[in-house]
Amino acid sequence: MLEALLNALSPGNLVLALLGVIAGTMIGALPGLSATMAVAVLVPFTFTMEPSSGLIVLGAIYTGAIYGGAYSAILVNTPGTPAAIATAMDGFPMAKRGDGDLAVTLSCLGSVAGGLVGALALLFLAPPLSKIALAFGPVEYFWLAIFGLSLIATLSRGATLLGLIGGAIGLILSCVGSAVVGGDVRYTFGQTALLGGIPVIPALIGLYCVPVLIDMVIRPEAHLEQRAERMAGFRLIEALGLMWRSKFNVVRSALIGTGVGIIPAAGGSVAGLVAYSEARRSSRNSDDFGKGAHDGIIASEASNSATVGGGFIPTLVLGIPGTPPDAIILGALLVQGIRTGPQLFTQQSDIVFTFTFGLIIATLLMLPTGLVIGRYAYKLIVSIPKTALVPAIAFLTFVGAYAIEANTVHVLIMVVLGILGWLAARVGLEASPIVLGLILGPIAEAGFVQGWLIGGAQGDRLGMFFGRPISLAIIALTILTLVSSGIFKRAKQPKEVA
Amino acid sequence: MKKVLMAAIAGLAVGFSSVAIADDSYPSKSITYVIPYNPGGESDVTARFQEQFWKDVTGQDVVIQYKPGAGGATAWSQLGGFDADGYTIMNVNFPHAILQPSMKDVGYQTEDVIPAYVFHYTPDAIVVRADSPYQTLQDLIDFAKENPGALTFGGSGTNSANHLAAVRISEMAGIKTTYVPFSGSAPSMAAVLGGQIGAGMTYTTQGVKAGDQVRVLAIATEERVDIFPDVPTFKELGFDYVAGAYRGVTLPKDTPTEVREKLSDIIGQINAIPAFQQQMQENGYVLVDVPSSDMEAWIEERRADYAAGIEILRGN
Repeated sequence: MLEALLNALSPGNLVLALLGVIAGTMIGALPGLSATMAVAVLVPFTFTMEPSSGLIVLGAIYTGAIYGGAYSAILVNTPGTPAAIATAMDGFPMAKRGDGDLAVTLSCLGSVAGGLVGALALLFLAPPLSKIALAFGPVEYFWLAIFGLSLIATLSRGATLLGLIGGAIGLILSCVGSAVVGGDVRYTFGQTALLGGIPVIPALIGLYCVPVLIDMVIRPEAHLEQRAERMAGFRLIEALGLMWRSKFNVVRSALIGTGVGIIPAAGGSVAGLVAYSEARRSSRNSDDFGKGAHDGIIASEASNSATVGGGFIPTLVLGIPGTPPDAIILGALLVQGIRTGPQLFTQQSDIVFTFTFGLIIATLLMLPTGLVIGRYAYKLIVSIPKTALVPAIAFLTFVGAYAIEANTVHVLIMVVLGILGWLAARVGLEASPIVLGLILGPIAEAGFVQGWLIGGAQGDRLGMFFGRPISLAIIALTILTLVSSGIFKRAKQPKEVA
Repeated sequence: MKKVLMAAIAGLAVGFSSVAIADDSYPSKSITYVIPYNPGGESDVTARFQEQFWKDVTGQDVVIQYKPGAGGATAWSQLGGFDADGYTIMNVNFPHAILQPSMKDVGYQTEDVIPAYVFHYTPDAIVVRADSPYQTLQDLIDFAKENPGALTFGGSGTNSANHLAAVRISEMAGIKTTYVPFSGSAPSMAAVLGGQIGAGMTYTTQGVKAGDQVRVLAIATEERVDIFPDVPTFKELGFDYVAGAYRGVTLPKDTPTEVREKLSDIIGQINAIPAFQQQMQENGYVLVDVPSSDMEAWIEERRADYAAGIEILRGN
């Protein structure tokens, strides 16, 4: 292990980790350019490197890109990656009121803390923790998705009915295209371009970013309020103080992120939202959430960065990628001639440990890089006049929507959803429930149909859905979330009036 | 070069934006290689293996791009929209590209995606968890005979190679099984490892990835493969079954024959590199060489092979 640490600390590997973090952060910061893409584009460059160096670069890019998503979430209300959805909820209100610099610093500290927890879990507990991934069968995914949907009640801040309508719209959108299970072609209206369904990233950009752009054009005031008394700073001491006061939130969110990261297919978006809603529930100031609560940003960023380390656990131990970027890194491992699986931790452990130490170093390097890049990003957004900012961001949204799969249809989907999203916001429908429905719909559907088929084969459908301990625990959590959100209380009120 | 340039300018002037020039120097610039699936799967990994040798063989780069969706159909239905100049090539899989258009309107026909070269296949394999009670294929079949429909096969996708394999093998063995589709090989293997399904109907490559966490009961090759010396073939066990997912590289339908043949040569040359062959075999892939000139006959052979299985799938 010591040898691996020294190898990871070699000057060459340190430089690679730093470059990887910088590149990743910048790519992640641009709306639409996701961690998956950052890793995919840079994979070929790692072929000529030593396996461990190549892995360090990829891990660093991945970590950086997940963090970079926070910038656009905070400064433009557009999650650069799905993982940053929850960051936008409080980050953007903070930026709006002139605390963007503090929000960026908080997101950086949160990410570093979360990333470290995830990486330490990978270093010390990977083989035992990988069993969590296997305990999640189709039915557990179904209930997990239902649990995720129940968060709408928490997130919609009082307007529960509108939130549910938004969630339902998202679920319907998720049905478009050919169904994974069953292969039926739905709601494509004869357009082969829609066979693949509504892609998440263009939908994210459309629903979040386009309405912001439209508002920037039609409203006279500055995009972000600027504090006259001083220029943007790091506000590091202030942020550290806030982190310390929220230490339980940090730890809880990081653990949620690690755990959700281990479950393949769940990913950073679910982790961020679960941690966010937990932070809100246990906060004494839960009414501040959505209006720029520090704990909201900390929870989201600590948990989504923790999914990086968490996601590598099933990837390396079981050969089952935890997240889409993990899938690419898994492919790169095969090209390098590294066989994943439990034996990787015993036979080729030097590579695993060098990689994990590299990931920890990259996470630590994120602190200075993130603070510096974040400060300039904030200064840039605050000081550029709107007449230049709007076209620049609009250009990026088009590039982002197009670049993922070089598909012009995705640009069209982004624009259409963007206009619809703006109109929906007029009547109080927010983007988050719609996106949540879009992301969780396919997970719920596949899990339900698979569970139904397996339950049918075993002759015990009821037991399949309601007889498994993890399922029951998730069901209990769902009920708890719904009850504590006050959705049932609201339903009673009209009776009292009558 | 000047001539080519002149021709290009002339072509543009006349208004053919996508005029294809029979260029001796193909490829004279980097090629975009489209993978119709998410990264990390077999199509991606084999393209990455090829990518390492691409520059040595052609002197040019290859850029891998992903267009996932609808089990490959999203990308294949868009193939015709690319310039037919040989600089956009696409991975194409069988039986997928024969199965999909014969089941539903997926926006393309098999004729639109005829490969320039088919370079390997991943043999079908039945895998169970290492601690599964099924030691042999016969154990599995016996269980299914006693409990019709209770044996679950997990695989990737509906109307896919895995689905067809489950249907064909069940038919041959005279058993009734339940096929459970997953959104890819990785989640279906996770369900095998997690014990949620009885057996995985998957490829040898997944057996390699899972290592000693799983036991491979049978593989659908002509002869045993080096990477699984102790695993019997279906043929040895009395089933005349050699199948899997064949992967090739295709071009837009209107691509000039010379370009198509040049691409066929390039893929063939990479297939002949010993280091490439070793990488492929170590990961469970079986190399095949079907060049452009043999493609028509090969496609017909595939169609005939899949016909009966497709009938059963249609009846479902």
